[in-house]
Amino acid sequence: MTELLQFVLSGVTVGAVYALVALGFTIIYNASNVVNFAQGEFVMLGGMVTFFAWQAGLPLPLAAALAILAAAAVGVALNKLAVERARGAPVVSLIIITIGASIFLRGGAQLVFDKQLHRFPAISGDEPINIGGATILPQGLWVIAGAALVFALLYVFFTRTLTGKAILATANNRVAARLVGINTDHMMTLSFALSAAIGALAGVLMTPITLTSYDLGVAYALKGFAAAMLGGMGVPAGALAGGLLLGLIEALTAGYISSVYKDAVAFIVILAVLFAMPQGLFGRKSTDRV
Amino acid sequence: MSFALRTAAVALLLGTAAPALAEIKIGATVSETGPASSLGDPEAKTLRMLVEEINAAGGVLGEKIKLIAYDDAGDPNKARTFATRLIEDDEVVAIVGGSTTGTTMSIMKVVAEAEIPFISLAGAIEIVDPVQTWTFKTPHTDRMACAKIFENMKTSGITRIGMISGSDGFGSSMHKQCLQIIGDYGIEVLVDETYGPTDADMTPQLTNIRGKEGVQAILNAGFGQGPAIVTRNYGQLGIKTPLYQSHGVASKAFIELAGPASNGVKLPGTAILVANLLKQDDPQYGVVNAYKKAYEDKNGSPASTFGGYAHDGLRLLVDAIGRAGKAEPKAIRDAIEQTKGYVGVTGIVNMSPTDHLGLDLTAFRMLEIKDGNWALAQ
Repeated sequence: MTELLQFVLSGVTVGAVYALVALGFTIIYNASNVVNFAQGEFVMLGGMVTFFAWQAGLPLPLAAALAILAAAAVGVALNKLAVERARGAPVVSLIIITIGASIFLRGGAQLVFDKQLHRFPAISGDEPINIGGATILPQGLWVIAGAALVFALLYVFFTRTLTGKAILATANNRVAARLVGINTDHMMTLSFALSAAIGALAGVLMTPITLTSYDLGVAYALKGFAAAMLGGMGVPAGALAGGLLLGLIEALTAGYISSVYKDAVAFIVILAVLFAMPQGLFGRKSTDRV
Repeated sequence: MSFALRTAAVALLLGTAAPALAEIKIGATVSETGPASSLGDPEAKTLRMLVEEINAAGGVLGEKIKLIAYDDAGDPNKARTFATRLIEDDEVVAIVGGSTTGTTMSIMKVVAEAEIPFISLAGAIEIVDPVQTWTFKTPHTDRMACAKIFENMKTSGITRIGMISGSDGFGSSMHKQCLQIIGDYGIEVLVDETYGPTDADMTPQLTNIRGKEGVQAILNAGFGQGPAIVTRNYGQLGIKTPLYQSHGVASKAFIELAGPASNGVKLPGTAILVANLLKQDDPQYGVVNAYKKAYEDKNGSPASTFGGYAHDGLRLLVDAIGRAGKAEPKAIRDAIEQTKGYVGVTGIVNMSPTDHLGLDLTAFRMLEIKDGNWALAQ
């Protein structure tokens, strides 16, 4: 019983990290149908900038805030300098631009920062919390809280605010959105800034658990992307559920079947789900007019 | 390159090369950038520093050394191209480099064909077993690290262990090497777990090891962040059985990343990690401290085991050129093979026609982390 509890706690911790990363994909996808493959680099920037600012003497909360702002600025720059220039390009070209941006940012981080692994202290210490014989790190709870908060904010943003609806409208039909007075360029910039900020927040919260380095983004972007696909791309609830599910499947497979097949089982489940429900667990059914 | 072009290039080279420039050209291709940059970066810095040092002291055989270094970024294809360029265009007499096993493997083929001596800086035992005429290496092998750990376990009366290994190249290779020799020490693996190189949490695997009856110690074969996270999770779960790590994490950064849970962790490491703990009469005391000081004064970053590999590679080569009496590939190769009692940063090297590594288990020191610092384990 203790074992099961430990596996679940491990799965929830890792799953919350995946969910946070997956949530970052949501906004840009909703604004433009583009899957931003540089999302992992925003996560990396969150961790790396925080570490170096903290090491330079800034208090940790300030360093984290700086990192989130810096990532948002990089997000805006990415949109202004690369994505916006290719305005008329098909979605696939835009996705490829984000892959290029991801490689560029990784290379840049290697030069600006360094190639070592880093970590900064957890928000409320490293003393594990004991729950019925199983343990979870307090930082794990912070990651879960962060994922829940971002989820709630995104939910409210997309369903209750005009700006959120304007972003959805931009993705849905750019010309129509412009006709009703939405500044679509502005919406794209905003979506990149917000996505980058969410990515950086994920980086800040997860670094005490996962550690960070210039090349950490790729692995987590992949897991986050898988989680978002599983839950349904563009739906905040899907990102949250997909992330947690992916984490739990991995932990339970490692615990009960074999750690060798951990990733394989997770991806088989994703394939099976997408086979039966191509939109993901919470995905909207897309209806195209013919 | 077509034959005509190549001939033209050679003719051009012959025409322009001034014979008065008496320099001994040594080639290097290391992974200064890319995924293996944590190995290649200190190696490149070490090579450049040593060449300056050797030339300032008068060079070898009265001639200066010229280092021609390329950055292969850890890509075996680039390494092959650079090795070819070093031999054909730069006309080096020997090559040092190959930061990773992958790059080394592709350089080995080129040097074997061109008959140029090559000293590799990569770990795998396959590089020197079976022995290749033209290839030598300076780093100890994973198998030696396993042997050192098992030796220590045996003296502590540990006979049943749980193993947890990274699924990356380093982790799986060491896992394989360890299992090949574990029987010789009468030790048995009761649980065998793995984790992915970027996994964030290994508590399920450790929970299974903890839950297995009779496990007396845990051995983690891994490199990068994995072992730091394993150690943190080990602390989180409050596991009491001793934890052994591999030489893959033998650096100060590991202690910082793993935090207080790393206290009590044992691992095999090289003398350079504990340079300040070496006794004055230790044979490696002089060379290790001299290298460490020179490197740290020049680069401002701590000297690493990897830089030590490059140090030994170049020093062995220069020593061999000196003994050969001429800078000619065949003579250099023979002289490297005859190296006896060379005291390096990594260990004491005794090469032979059947051993192109020349290190024994004394190259490793069993270390224990105490109060956030290295200490020599009994």
